[in-house]
Amino acid sequence: MTVVFDGIASGLLLFLISVGLSVTLGLMNFVNLAHGSFAMLGGYICVILLNRHGMPFLAALPIVTLASALAGVVLERTLYRRLYGASHLDQVLFSIGLVFMSISTAHYFFGAQQQPLQLPPMLSGQFNLPGVDIGVYRLFLIVVGLSIAVALQWMITSTRFGAQLRAAVDNPRAARGLGIDVDRVFVLTFALGSALAGLGGALGVEMLGLDPEFPVKYIVYFLIVVAVGGSGNIKGSLYASLIIGICDVAGKYYVPQIGAFVIYAVMVVTLIFRPQGLFGRSAAK
Amino acid sequence: MSMPPSSVDSAFSATPLRDASRWHPAEYAFWVLPVLAYFVFGENLSLLSQIAIAALFCLSLDLILGYAGIVSLGHAAFFGVGAYAAGLLAKHGWGDPLLGLAAAAAIAAAAGFVTSFLVLRGSDLTRLMVTLGVAVMLYEGANKATAFTGGVDGLQGVEVKPILGMFSFDLYGKTAYWYSLAVLFVMFWLARRLVHSPFGLSLRGIRQNVGRMPAIGAPVNGRLVAVYTIGAAYAGVAGGLLTQTTQFVSLDVLSFSRSAELLLILVLGGTGRLYGALIGTMVFMTAHHFLSGINPQYWQFWLGAALVLVVLFARDGIMGLLQKLGTRWTKPA
Repeated sequence: MTVVFDGIASGLLLFLISVGLSVTLGLMNFVNLAHGSFAMLGGYICVILLNRHGMPFLAALPIVTLASALAGVVLERTLYRRLYGASHLDQVLFSIGLVFMSISTAHYFFGAQQQPLQLPPMLSGQFNLPGVDIGVYRLFLIVVGLSIAVALQWMITSTRFGAQLRAAVDNPRAARGLGIDVDRVFVLTFALGSALAGLGGALGVEMLGLDPEFPVKYIVYFLIVVAVGGSGNIKGSLYASLIIGICDVAGKYYVPQIGAFVIYAVMVVTLIFRPQGLFGRSAAK
Repeated sequence: MSMPPSSVDSAFSATPLRDASRWHPAEYAFWVLPVLAYFVFGENLSLLSQIAIAALFCLSLDLILGYAGIVSLGHAAFFGVGAYAAGLLAKHGWGDPLLGLAAAAAIAAAAGFVTSFLVLRGSDLTRLMVTLGVAVMLYEGANKATAFTGGVDGLQGVEVKPILGMFSFDLYGKTAYWYSLAVLFVMFWLARRLVHSPFGLSLRGIRQNVGRMPAIGAPVNGRLVAVYTIGAAYAGVAGGLLTQTTQFVSLDVLSFSRSAELLLILVLGGTGRLYGALIGTMVFMTAHHFLSGINPQYWQFWLGAALVLVVLFARDGIMGLLQKLGTRWTKPA
C-alpha cells in the first residue's frame, strides 16, 4: 500500500510540473522543452527565499508562482511568440537552446551542488495507518495536486477565459474576428503554464532535488506525461502522471534490476497503440 | 530498395536534376581540406578522426531528417548499436575492421528496420517521443546488461586487427584518421548518389508534401521505412568506426545528450544538404574542443544562445548563409 501511496504522491508531483507543459504544449501547441527550466527557476527562488531570507515555506510558494509567471510573460513577449507558427522541430531546437542557457546560468550563480531545503515541521514527518505509512509532505502534495487539477479543469471547461483560450487555439483568425484578444490570451496562458511549472519545481525540491541539471534530468518525465496523457487535456495529464508515478515507484521498488525501463516501455507501448495519447483529441495536430 | 521505373524521367526534362548531381568544383576543393588537415594539424589527429566519425553520424541524421523529414531525438540508439556490435565482435576474436563495420551496419539497419514501423505512426511530437523512448530504453538495457556490455565501465578488451591485414592501428592515430576519412568519403559518395537518385527525390517530395506523394504513385511508408533503415545503417557504421578507432565502447554512445547534440550540429550546419552535416560537425567539434577547454559552462551557454539565434534568424544554418553569400557574390546587385 505504501508503494501505491508514494506512487500517487510522486505522480501528483509530476502532474503539478507537467500540467504546465500540458497547457503550453497541448493548448497552445508549442513544444516547450525548456519547461523544466521554469520549474528549476521556481525551485531556486524558493530555496533562496527560504534559506537566505528565512521566509516560511507556505508564504514563499505564492511568491515563487508569481515570479515564474512573470518570467514566463517576459520570455513569451520577447522570444516565444515569434515561434508560434514555426515547425515543431524549430520549437524543440529553440527550447533546447534555452535549456542550455538556463543550465549554465544556474551553474554560474549557484554551483553544481544540490540545494538543501528545510521543510517546516508542520509538513515533515509521517503517521502510520494500518498497512500504510503516510508522509505528511506527500499527503500535502496530493491535496495540492488534486485541487489544482480540479481548478484547472473547471477553468478550461467552464469559464469565459477557458472558452476564449480554446477558441484562440482552434482557430486564431476566427477568434480574432470575434473580438478575442488572442495575443493577450496566449500571454496569460503561457504565464499560467510557467507559474504552474515554478510552483511544481518549488514543491519538488524535497523529492526530486535541485541542481543545474534539473531541466534535462526530468524533461523526459514531463514529456512522457504529456505524450501519454494526450496533450491539451488536464484530465489526461492527471491520469497519465498517476500511471507514470505509480509504475515508476512500483518498478523501482519491485524490480530494481530494470528500474527506469518501466516508464519508457509504458510510454512507447501507449504511443504505438494510441499515437495521440490516451485521452488526446484525435483531431489535434 | 526498389527504384521507380526510369521511364518516368523521359516525361519531363531531367537536365536540372542531372546537373545538380554532378560534382561542383567547390566540392573537390572541400575534400582536399581533410588531406591538408593531416599535414597542418598533425598533432591533433585524434580530434580529426573524431570529427570524421561525428560527420558520418551527422550525415545519417541528415538523410532521415533533412531529406525525409523524420524528426528524431534518439538517433544515438543506432550509433550505440553499431558501436557495441563492432566492439563485441572484435572482443570475441573477429577483429577485422571491415567485417566489423559491415556487421555494425547490418545490425543497426536491422534495428532501424524494426523500429521504423513505430516511427511511421503519429505526428512530429509522437515521433520525437518514440525515438527518444527507444534510445533511452536501449541505454537502460546496455546499462543493466553488464555481463554483455560492461555496463557503466564500458566494453573493454576490444582488439582490432590491421585493416586488410596490412595497416595496423598506431599510437599516433594516423591509420585511424585515414581509415575514418576513407570510410566517411565512401559513405558520403554513396549518400550523394542516393539523394540525387529518383529515390532521394521522392523522399524530398514526401517531406514537402506528404499528402500529394501517394497521388503520384510513391509508396510513402515504404520509402520512409527504407530511408530510416539506411540512416540507421549509416549511424551504425559511425558507431563501429568509433569503437575501432578508440578500441573501447563507453555507455555514453547511447546517451540522450549525444542524440540532442547531433540534432544541434545538423541544424547549425544546415539540414537537407549533405555538406551542412559535414561543415556543421567541423565547426561544432573544433569550437567545442577549444572553448570547452576554457570553461565547460561558458561553452554550453553560448551553444544555447547560438541555437536560439539560428532558429530565429538563420534557419538554414551555416550552409544557408554560405549559399546566400555565394549567390550575392556571383550576381552582384
